[in-house]
Amino acid sequence: MKLEDRNVDERRLREVALTADEYRVIVESLKRPPNDLELGMLGVLWSEHCSYKTSKALLRRLPSSGAAVLQGPGENAGAVSLGNGWAVVFKIESHNHPSAIEPYQGAATGVGGILRDVIAMGARPIALLDSLRFGPLPESRRHFDGVVAGIGGYGNCIGVPTVGGEVYFEDCYAQNPLVNAMCVGLVRANDLMRARAEGTGNKLLLVGADTGRDGIHGAAFASLELDEDSSQRRPAVQVGNPFLEKCLLEACMDLSLTDAVVAIQDLGAAGLTSSVAECAGRVPGAGAKIDVSRVPRRERGMTPYDVMLSESQERMLVVVRRGREADIERIFETWDLTSAVIGEVTNDGHLTVVDHKEQVARVPIQLLTEGAPLRRLVGLPPEPAPALDIDALPPPADIGAALLRMLASPNLCSRGPIIRRYDHMVGDATVIPPGGDAAMLRVKGTKIGIAMTTSCNARYCHLDANLGAQLAVAEAARNIIATGAQPLAITDCLNMANPDRPEVYWQLEETVSGMAQACRSLDLPIVSGNVSLYNESAGGAAIYPTPVIGMVGQIDDYDRRLQAGFKHEGDFVLLIGSSHNDLGGSEYLKVEHDMVAGRPPELDLARERAVGKLILTAARAGLIKTAHDCSDGGMLVALAECCLLGGIGMRGPALNPEPPLRIDAAFFGESPSRFIVSAPSRATPELQSLARRHHVEIALLGLTGGDALELEGQLKLTVQEMREAWEGGLGGPA
Amino acid sequence: MKFGVVVFPGTWSDRDCGWVVDQVLGAHLQYLWHKDADLKGCDCIILPGGFAYGDYLRTGAIARFAPVMESIGEFADRGGLVWGICNGFQILCESGLLPGALIRNASLEYRCEWTNLVVERADLAFTSQCDEREVLRVPISHGEGSYFADPATLSRLEQNGQVVFRYCDVEGRVRPNSNPNGSLHNIAGIVNSRGNVLGMMPHPERCAEAELGGTDGLKLFRSVMHSAAQVLTA
Amino acid sequence: MIARIVVVPKPVVNDPQGVTVRQGLALLGFGEVTEVRVGKYIEVRLDATSERAARERVDAMCSRLLANHVIEDYHFELEHESKGAMR
Repeated sequence: MKLEDRNVDERRLREVALTADEYRVIVESLKRPPNDLELGMLGVLWSEHCSYKTSKALLRRLPSSGAAVLQGPGENAGAVSLGNGWAVVFKIESHNHPSAIEPYQGAATGVGGILRDVIAMGARPIALLDSLRFGPLPESRRHFDGVVAGIGGYGNCIGVPTVGGEVYFEDCYAQNPLVNAMCVGLVRANDLMRARAEGTGNKLLLVGADTGRDGIHGAAFASLELDEDSSQRRPAVQVGNPFLEKCLLEACMDLSLTDAVVAIQDLGAAGLTSSVAECAGRVPGAGAKIDVSRVPRRERGMTPYDVMLSESQERMLVVVRRGREADIERIFETWDLTSAVIGEVTNDGHLTVVDHKEQVARVPIQLLTEGAPLRRLVGLPPEPAPALDIDALPPPADIGAALLRMLASPNLCSRGPIIRRYDHMVGDATVIPPGGDAAMLRVKGTKIGIAMTTSCNARYCHLDANLGAQLAVAEAARNIIATGAQPLAITDCLNMANPDRPEVYWQLEETVSGMAQACRSLDLPIVSGNVSLYNESAGGAAIYPTPVIGMVGQIDDYDRRLQAGFKHEGDFVLLIGSSHNDLGGSEYLKVEHDMVAGRPPELDLARERAVGKLILTAARAGLIKTAHDCSDGGMLVALAECCLLGGIGMRGPALNPEPPLRIDAAFFGESPSRFIVSAPSRATPELQSLARRHHVEIALLGLTGGDALELEGQLKLTVQEMREAWEGGLGGPA
Repeated sequence: MKFGVVVFPGTWSDRDCGWVVDQVLGAHLQYLWHKDADLKGCDCIILPGGFAYGDYLRTGAIARFAPVMESIGEFADRGGLVWGICNGFQILCESGLLPGALIRNASLEYRCEWTNLVVERADLAFTSQCDEREVLRVPISHGEGSYFADPATLSRLEQNGQVVFRYCDVEGRVRPNSNPNGSLHNIAGIVNSRGNVLGMMPHPERCAEAELGGTDGLKLFRSVMHSAAQVLTA
Repeated sequence: MIARIVVVPKPVVNDPQGVTVRQGLALLGFGEVTEVRVGKYIEVRLDATSERAARERVDAMCSRLLANHVIEDYHFELEHESKGAMR
């Protein structure tokens, strides 16, 4: 049968982002053509953004279990036990497309959305991190300024500290900036909520902002490439109200004081349709009945279609035990929040929508949540990355001058101008502030510290998707370990170009296998995550595969935490781990030779484990005072950062690497599995023998002290000189 | 000694102030809801930081009309200790309990960073444990913290010695480049003429424990603890 | 009745937003701009028996809440609207 016979034309299908094949599956399953509302509801839930139809099969390869895991993927966020009855809840999510169109609001509502995911788990959000990618400055300043302001505007107002993240500038993000927001929350493990619509007859309460015609088909929009029409879709971008969300947050925290609540679910992409369907979909046989006429509205003349598909921000769905609605409504009234009973849980396995008495839609829940046919795409390896003839590279003429240029590179320079625009202290829990390897927050009333970071060097992923993904996981773990904390678990955000192109799908496959391999080897489960596809523009500019790894770790006594900056004069400075000629994909190659080429550094996961174990053992034994991951920019940049963060210089002999190690690779190569540590002189022999027992190389670089970084006869730069280069790299105020 | 910490919708330093009062200082803590006019016998009322009512329209503009504010006004008139921190300072200015206003930072940017404050009045209930000219290290976190008053008000404040804290460098020198937000005369905190209502933009509740980067803020809480009784009987 | 209220920073108050906007305009070639002040525009719809009554009420709104007399000045216009014009 032809499409037109079913009263649906291609244009309408495009609008709801469904293919003709998908439409056929719907008709077969319903045994009738869907009406317009049903088609819209299925369209949003079957979008890539909601259904993961392209990536789902691949994502099953990722390890998600572990002894400490309390909640893996499939809920609003993942959760891991910290012991002492505490659980840490966390998730990362992309808001790339909205941020490309309207940077401030796109980033702000991204923060708002990820906060609600954590709140829905019953947890109080304690920290935010943001992993950002832009095109080069100054061209991309509008994106950069807007996104930074939007993150601050939302996070500062709601009173959750922004403690970390990363910013990279690369040509491939000029049209498609990436904004990935991560939220970390804390809850008593016993109070952890799950968004399951259980108990026939229990009531569905909608709370928060009134519903307007915001972002209808936003989820479908996120699943399309950006084109010239995108600016015409401007209404698809919503305006955040962090004040309202703050009230929503506090009210939801008060909900846990009662036993009247069965579940809380965030309203995000695809609005009411998706949150009700997901909530019911997690309980076999459950259904829901909604009366759209009871949904509080911001605008007049809204149709059931508008109400069901609206993506208005700052709304939550609460499943309340039957008969207890008044208790819950009272809590929301205290916070001057509008709430309304809009429906109830049923046992018919269908989502039924009525407008007053009239039924306007009825679709099986499983068709909505699991019905989208998985897309089986074919991957083909892309053209190999340009090779690097390392022998053709001239050695650095002046190491000091090269270091200053590296420190001023936008990808390596100080993030101070960004950090100071974010409230990173509210909550009285930030015991390691942003700017180092990972931030750390304490669990108040205990000695537990939670370390957190995001990490991904996408240049490596571009050159080798599999190895790049492994390196991203390893580097995140190193960031956590550098604070003295044990890595616990991961949330990931896979940002990719258009997977309909075989080479992009291949990158996606390779990325997932690389991540899976590194996670298994380092014993790190992935407990939540998000996939953002179609990050490319009509002009052909595709982003690098960018699998952002968000990681949390734990230290049982935060008084033993480590930071990167040198602490005292007269300490020994040591390089732990071994260096190779790893210049492929390095920042040095880009800054000094204007090349993105070669293979990323080789990663030996067994060695990575050994080095990590050594650092944690040494930290627990009190043998080291500071630790810093040695990665982007290489050893010399890491050393300079230790000086800059601590405000203390270092003196050592000239560094003459033994062949075949080249001098540029020794200073600026990005071999993984390395740390710079400082140790009191009396502890150094013990540290050295500990390293030998772990079969890890250790080399003395010098002694802390003075106001310069000096390698005798080779390099001498004052901390002040380095600071001027480092702090000016973003070109004035962000 | 009982501290009352006021909670408006949008307040976020309430829990931090409460934590310091209760867990660090060991004093009695009472949260006061904005809709509730009863101050519940508190000896010192803290108006904490945040974005009360979203700071929509202007910072503190709507908060000043909350029922709790009327009681606080009467409490201040009777000589009770009122301490506005960050958003609380903005609310005190809007409500007329302190002169002047706080406008957008000169940089137009939010600023969250450590600042140095020179203490110019050590004879107040809020600063009795500090030395005059002592330099305190206390963080700020605001987008609208630039203190403004008309020239007549400003000179009256200066003549009466109502400026309590000024942004300075590590040595205590009041310099233009140690001013993080463009405040007139580097003003970070002022007191009313009677000495019982203090407003300050920096956050002492964020530096009351060493693991958070410093303990200078605790001095102010301790000062209130020691002095409250005397002020109330005076 | 509609009141169209404009709130602007007082001339003596430093207006960093205004200064920045002026610099931006200069960069775009609008060198003739000598000063910019950035304020707020507020629209209030109200029921009133007469224009005089409305004027009094709006004035009270401005001085009590909408403007801060320490840093801001305000002025407003009133406009009658035909019935049912709202929305």
